[in-house]
Amino acid sequence: MNTFYYEFRESVRIAFAQITAHKMRSVLTALGVIIGIVAVTLMGMAITGMDTSFESSLAMLGDDVIYVQKWPWGPVVDWWNYTNRPPLQPIVATELNKLIEAAPSTLLDVAVPVRVRSGTVKRGDNSVGGVYMAGTSGDYGRIITADFREGRLFTETEAESARAVCVLGCDVADALFTNVPAVGQTIQVRGYPFQVIGVLARQGSFLGLFSFDTQMILPIKAFEKDFGGKNRGAEIRVKVKDKKRLEEAKEELIGLMRRVRGQLPGESDNFSINGEEAFKQQLDPVKKGIAIAGLFVTGLALFVGAIGIMNITFVSVKERTKEIGTRKALGAKRRTILLQFLIESISVSVIGGIVGIILSSSLCLLIGHIFPKLPISFSPVLVVVSLLVSAGTGIVAGFAPAWGASRLDPVVALRYE
Amino acid sequence: MSTLRTTRPIGPLVIDIDGVVKLYQMGTETIHALRGISLKIHRNEYLAIMGPSGSGKSTLMNMLGCLDTPTAGRYEFNGKNVAAMVDDELADIRNREIGFVFQTFNLLPRSDALRNVELPLIYAGIPSAQRRERAQQVLEEVGLGNRMHHKPNELSGGQRQRVAIARALVNKPSIILADEPTGNLDSQTGIEIMALFEELYKLGNTIIVVTHEEDIARHARRVVRLRDGLIESDGSVS
Repeated sequence: MNTFYYEFRESVRIAFAQITAHKMRSVLTALGVIIGIVAVTLMGMAITGMDTSFESSLAMLGDDVIYVQKWPWGPVVDWWNYTNRPPLQPIVATELNKLIEAAPSTLLDVAVPVRVRSGTVKRGDNSVGGVYMAGTSGDYGRIITADFREGRLFTETEAESARAVCVLGCDVADALFTNVPAVGQTIQVRGYPFQVIGVLARQGSFLGLFSFDTQMILPIKAFEKDFGGKNRGAEIRVKVKDKKRLEEAKEELIGLMRRVRGQLPGESDNFSINGEEAFKQQLDPVKKGIAIAGLFVTGLALFVGAIGIMNITFVSVKERTKEIGTRKALGAKRRTILLQFLIESISVSVIGGIVGIILSSSLCLLIGHIFPKLPISFSPVLVVVSLLVSAGTGIVAGFAPAWGASRLDPVVALRYE
Repeated sequence: MSTLRTTRPIGPLVIDIDGVVKLYQMGTETIHALRGISLKIHRNEYLAIMGPSGSGKSTLMNMLGCLDTPTAGRYEFNGKNVAAMVDDELADIRNREIGFVFQTFNLLPRSDALRNVELPLIYAGIPSAQRRERAQQVLEEVGLGNRMHHKPNELSGGQRQRVAIARALVNKPSIILADEPTGNLDSQTGIEIMALFEELYKLGNTIIVVTHEEDIARHARRVVRLRDGLIESDGSVS
């Protein structure tokens, strides 16, 4: 045991003496691992970044909200089964709410109708295009996750009376009102004036594609009055009381919807129940695909690094054949020699790994600084994984030459010039 | 064959070789390096092994040094059967029982004298404080007390060989096995090194020198001459 410890310490000492003695060679060898680790960690960062941004995006949708729509989320092959479904009208939400109130042990909280369009918001010469406009009821406040930066949502009365009021996403408000507070001001959509009564706090974007900060919320009656679109249908968002019992709540909602729709038993649903897990189901294979492909490609870089280490360890063994012979003559056992060369290759690899981690974490900071919207994040898990991976690379790459060295015949090795 | 005459009492048997044969396969040809050698070496002998190249001198030295095992025959080192040992057991015997001195010194170039001398003690599992102390002591014994932290390239040839001898002595081995110890030294330095061996012999060490130089062999008390894989003569020198 003691012997092993002394041999280990001696091996570490030799390894570092060897690395410092051949600086250029060590740097070049480590470079392969550095590139490999940088590639792998950046890939890992991108994947975890993707994951976290995905999670936070889903949280924006509301993990306790079920969407009732004509079409399901996700790809549809048998479109003919959906296209003739009756559109959902806001009255469905009213009917649902009546049923929810009548049911004593319901898992559902409230149903809210939402009509959606995209358009341009103007104030004087300023305008913001591509604004997501949601016409909804006064209960909308119960289902959204965002906070108000200023002002408030419209009341049920305001909604029912189709008052021309609106709540703006923070980006819209900031674009239109640079110096004055937005609340109390008037904006125009298609020539119709709306009074701003509230501004939402910043929420960020959904999967980096769709910003929640460029939206406008208005009473659904005002939406219908000014923009029409009644025959296009709406969607119904239903908040559940307990998100842990989401599946049961869905079953209940399907039952209620079938009652509202007056569907007969055996008839298939003429509406779709959508939720965030539909996104998960769609995105999970994509995520996995990216992860596997990415790690494979970057793993190749690491593999090339490993070959570099293997090569240089072979060279090192060859160069030091006589030294190996001498050490064996002085009593070095096979495992001593094996350990010595393995530690050497592991040292080069782990040093490369550490440099790689430093490089990629600073790259990560830099990228995050230049493109703040890019979903990229550095995790301590990644550091541990990179260190393990680089140590593993060192072992795998160093094993064959070290094994060869440990098996050298001392007579032959001593004679080697 | 003359009988062994010695002024000293014969110590216990260290090396006992009986009918040792060593064959090598060179392509299709089988080379008989040793054809049946029997040799007994006792504690505190000073022995020279001589012979022209191809005589089996190097093979015998490798055998004595436990670097190699015989194809046939018996080899006992301090009563232990070396012929049947595996690699790591041989490494252990070399570490504890044999001190090697090479023609080319074979010092580790990037380690200082002290570290070079410490090396066998590392393999023996001696704690570092004891290692250091023992290595310093041996270096002083060979007259390098003031050169301990010099690297081999900062030392003269004679000094390097002294470091190597210190390294051979550090584990208090049963035998010191020197292969052409003066081969890479000028004659004056060679004489100094042989004087050191003489001194070590007088201190009770067992010394085996392998050489092809009569001048060197003359320092030994007993000379074994090999020819064609057989012992040609084995006798004391006056």
